Amino acid sequence: MAQVELRQVRKTYPNGAEAIFGVDMQIADGELIVFVGPSGCGKSTLLRMVAGLESVTSGEISIGDRVINDVSPSQRDVAMVFQNYALYPHMTVRGNMSYGLKNRKMPADEIERRIVDAAKMLKIDQFLDRQPNQLSGGQRQRVAMGRAIVRNPQVFLFDEPLSNLDAKLRVQMRIEIKKLQRSMNVTSIYVTHDQTEAMTLADRLAVINEGQVEQMGAPMELYSNPRTLFVASFIGAPQINLIPVTFDGTHLVNGDIKLAGYSRLPTDAPLVLGVRPDVLSLRDDGQFPVSVDLVEQHGGENLIYGSLAGAHSDTGESQEICLKAGQELLPDMDDRLTLGFNPDESFVFRADTGERLK
Amino acid sequence: MERPSISTHIILIIGAIFMTLPVWVAFATSTHAPETILREGLQFWPGGHFFETYNEVLFVEGGVMKKVTAVTMLKNSMILGIGFAIGKVVISMLAAYAIVYFRFRLGVPLFWIIFMTLLLPLEVRIIPSYEVVANMGLLDTHTGLIVPLIASATGTFFFRQFFKSVPDELLEAARLDGASAWGFFKDILVPISKTMIAAILIIMFVVGWNQYLWPLIMTTQEDNYTLVIGIKQIYQVLNEGGELPQFQKAFALTILATLPPVLVVLIFQKWFVKGLVESEK
Repeated sequence: MAQVELRQVRKTYPNGAEAIFGVDMQIADGELIVFVGPSGCGKSTLLRMVAGLESVTSGEISIGDRVINDVSPSQRDVAMVFQNYALYPHMTVRGNMSYGLKNRKMPADEIERRIVDAAKMLKIDQFLDRQPNQLSGGQRQRVAMGRAIVRNPQVFLFDEPLSNLDAKLRVQMRIEIKKLQRSMNVTSIYVTHDQTEAMTLADRLAVINEGQVEQMGAPMELYSNPRTLFVASFIGAPQINLIPVTFDGTHLVNGDIKLAGYSRLPTDAPLVLGVRPDVLSLRDDGQFPVSVDLVEQHGGENLIYGSLAGAHSDTGESQEICLKAGQELLPDMDDRLTLGFNPDESFVFRADTGERLK
Repeated sequence: MERPSISTHIILIIGAIFMTLPVWVAFATSTHAPETILREGLQFWPGGHFFETYNEVLFVEGGVMKKVTAVTMLKNSMILGIGFAIGKVVISMLAAYAIVYFRFRLGVPLFWIIFMTLLLPLEVRIIPSYEVVANMGLLDTHTGLIVPLIASATGTFFFRQFFKSVPDELLEAARLDGASAWGFFKDILVPISKTMIAAILIIMFVVGWNQYLWPLIMTTQEDNYTLVIGIKQIYQVLNEGGELPQFQKAFALTILATLPPVLVVLIFQKWFVKGLVESEK
């Protein structure tokens, strides 16, 4: 049990490439933090720095009260679950789970007790004498988690542990990881590029972009109150509608579209209006005339994709827009709909810096 | 894959006969009396002197050489073959481990220097090697016979390629599990290289068994002769003439010399192939 603290952590590779630009973070005891971001954003690097698999160029990482910059990975009291499981292929499940404990010179009966406990908890007790190649992907994943659990570490680290599983299993394991983490109450850091996984698992999310934490907070806070354009576009599925606009002093303008209800915005800078698909609704007095291109039926809800008449995207093409509606709304191709939204529920960003203005 | 046609089979059968026929003739001839061979030349069908010839060659002192028997030579060849193979595997695994897993200065150039020695056959360095071994007083010893040969660029290269294909996460998981550098090597890397080790052991055993030049200049006493040297000596005696040439014994010795490598390959064939095609790590 421990809190984790990162202070101005930076990472520069020997070839000069910079991966992490000064990250500050405090993770409370027992909290599940998710690092989320596009591939190559540095989220895995940051996790591996906590694990001790990457060196820290400058700054400090501490677990509990101990600064661990120069502590070897095995002495940090962390356990990690890898994306490809990294099970030792020649050892049985029992061997895989006991290897780390044997290296710590733990007595054999204590090792056995911990393995049996963890195996029961993960429902892999009937596989203890099998080798990894005799197990399915989901079972291997459980073994990898078991190997972490028996260590009884202060911090769990998960590096995209579910991305090699099929969709159904992924949802199931996601729920189990959450439950396990709740019941064991161990501080955890979880890395993923999947925003659904991030939203559903996290106590708090850290959205990472280009080596920096863009925003950190509870999932719903990030969803409803994104600080930057990047966070708004990354969090939420289907993705937020982003429409390039300018402000003429009273209205937001894109081509024929004029939106009232905005004030105190700069008139000299390109702006981006963000409207979530579930904020839009059919309204006779709506602001957006839309011609329907495609309807995706997801069962309980329909996603309606169309182009916004009279408006253009940055590249001069027609502006795509997405509406999330109930299953009863099922327009045909090229139908005309009028969509409206409450300006208070939309966001406005500066296009150049990504900073949120409203 | 296409079903092999009759012509494919015919070609294969001809090839197989072409390869095995000389061995068969050598065996058949070795079971005849020396007079028959002298009078009628090589024999295609086995004769009646099998036990007599092989008994004399294998067990009777003065049967083939002045005093060593084929059993002693077999033993010497065995020691050379096994020592050579094990030595090469141990040295090349350790070298490959250092090259792949430790970032030390000049690691890459050092590897390429090792790799380039692949281009140099033993003959290039045989005189200096002999000089070193002679000065250390190791002539006519098993140590002197084996140690100068066990550095292996081929083995190092094979193990390097294999280790590079092992996922990094395995090393990282082991580091988090508290394994030392030696622990990772012994507990993880060696076990997962098992089939690779077997394949290289087999290849190197055969190579070591067939060593000719080095044992030839290294051994001066009959006691230390390997089978390959024995064969060379017996044919030399045949050419020098004097008494009735004992061709049957020369052939018997040749057959005995081919048997162990053939057996090793036959028995370990499965491992051998597995080691060369292994993909699952």
